[in-house]
Amino acid sequence: MRNAFVAALSELARADDRVVFLTADLGFKIFDQFKLEFGARFMDLGVAEATMIGTAAGLALGGMRPFVYSIAPFATLRCLEQIRDDLCYHSLPVTIVGVGGGYSYGHNGATHHALEDIAIMRALPNMTVVCPGDPVETAAAVRASLGLRGPMYLRLGRAGEPRVHANADRFRIGEAITVVDGADCSIVATGAILSVALEAAAILRAAGIGCRVLSMHTVKPLDTRALELCAADGRLLVTIEEHSSIGGLGGAVAEWLAASRLAFPLLSLNAGDSFAQSTGSQQYHRADRGLTAEQVSARILAVLENSTPCCSRNPSQS
Amino acid sequence: MAATYADIAAAARQIRIRVLEMAHAAHTPHVGSALSCADIVAALYFRVLRIDPRSPGDEHRDRFLLSKGHGCTALYAALALRGFCDSTVLEEYARDGGRLPEHPAPHCLPGIEFASGSLGHGLAVGAGLALSARLRGLDFRVFVLLSDGECYEGSVWEAATFAASQKLGSLTAIMDFNQWSASSRTAPALEPLAAKWKSFGWAVKEIDGHDPRAIVRALAAKPDARQRPRVIVAHTVKGKGVSFMEDELEWHYRPPSADDLERALAELLP
Repeated sequence: MRNAFVAALSELARADDRVVFLTADLGFKIFDQFKLEFGARFMDLGVAEATMIGTAAGLALGGMRPFVYSIAPFATLRCLEQIRDDLCYHSLPVTIVGVGGGYSYGHNGATHHALEDIAIMRALPNMTVVCPGDPVETAAAVRASLGLRGPMYLRLGRAGEPRVHANADRFRIGEAITVVDGADCSIVATGAILSVALEAAAILRAAGIGCRVLSMHTVKPLDTRALELCAADGRLLVTIEEHSSIGGLGGAVAEWLAASRLAFPLLSLNAGDSFAQSTGSQQYHRADRGLTAEQVSARILAVLENSTPCCSRNPSQS
Repeated sequence: MAATYADIAAAARQIRIRVLEMAHAAHTPHVGSALSCADIVAALYFRVLRIDPRSPGDEHRDRFLLSKGHGCTALYAALALRGFCDSTVLEEYARDGGRLPEHPAPHCLPGIEFASGSLGHGLAVGAGLALSARLRGLDFRVFVLLSDGECYEGSVWEAATFAASQKLGSLTAIMDFNQWSASSRTAPALEPLAAKWKSFGWAVKEIDGHDPRAIVRALAAKPDARQRPRVIVAHTVKGKGVSFMEDELEWHYRPPSADDLERALAELLP
């Protein structure tokens, strides 16, 4: 994803001289070419995230289109008030790029894990929150961000995420993409864990269970029309994300569900509400939180086997 | 025609009168902070800034950011006096449904460049604006008004480091050094402030922040050959212009009563 981001950004900077890139001492070597090509439009501010956001606000006020970059928790939490007051309050077109969503920086420890960022960013007025599911969505999101009038949080994985889409034709901010279709349940995924959702769906399909998979790359604004289509027949809807159980995709869907008149079972798969207890790779932490393809398919199967087929929450039918 | 120093002093007096009237009418605090910076704001809006009230969005205009947002009645008053808006708008200050909060909101008046209220934000934004001018080949200047208490914030020094490293000669910070934060004297914790700015790579000028001539000369000066950003350490008195408010921390909190207003205006009206 990181390489896809750099390539897309370079393309954008070539086409639009308002594009500037700011990093807070992150991205060793991967921006060397960008720096060479765009000179003063590359700025390394040093380890100074608050100043990076404030400076981006000033650049945007002055007519530029800044992209700011750091590891996801540093890009969002350290400078949260600058993001709220300087960017969101003024609705300035700045893209905050957080690299290392979820457990991407596994062995670096909990300081480097990004498990609350979606919740916190989506709570901010005027903010768009996009978590691409693969390198193709990453590049498309970078291009699409120029069309926004306000700030965007772009939550990336790190490197080596598998490519899911052949091309970006269907990518629109705020519109989920149906990756595979299936009749028995739906998995709605956000971020790099999309590939796990697809593997889980394949396992379920082998067991005779049709499973639709949606890439909900945009968590805010939430594509409720796509959710309505999934929920229309009252079948199980599963959300999956490499994020805390509080306020992420599962939270957003639950908020929408509670306010809607729809009734369907919702299974929210996430990283729970605790810091990592031991060191481990991304794969280790995913397994620890029940987020491997095998675990996900087994958890979905368990719910399908134990629940009444339709609308068990709907009092009119009970 | 450029305003004389006497014109600036007269404008500052008018700003102070409106500051007191607004705070009395809306029953709001922070009078001392607004009075403290009234001369600086008057010098900026009546002499230093290259601005035109008829085209507040002109991309060539100088930018002024009030980072100490709680002093905003001085800014609102200056914008009204300078013709950016009708002075009746000031009646909306801190009124239900009005346009003017106790800290500036984005675009709450023509001429408001940036919202503030939480301290320690303005300097980095000013640095970004100065960079945008450099990248776009524009020659506007950026002025950021900070309080001394604001210099407790680490983000101020982060931004100071960055602005100096970028050689942002078009950026000027003005520190309204009235020696008070919201609850105590600033000197014991923050001094030596001028030396701190200098060690961060800034060109430092210390002035009497109530002397129009000194303010104009300091703000209008050209950047040095090293293109260092400049900080004007403006020695001021909190509550300046009203004898019973001067250097009294109480006026950071206390709204002026009808009697207070009458006594204050008696000192300020020509």
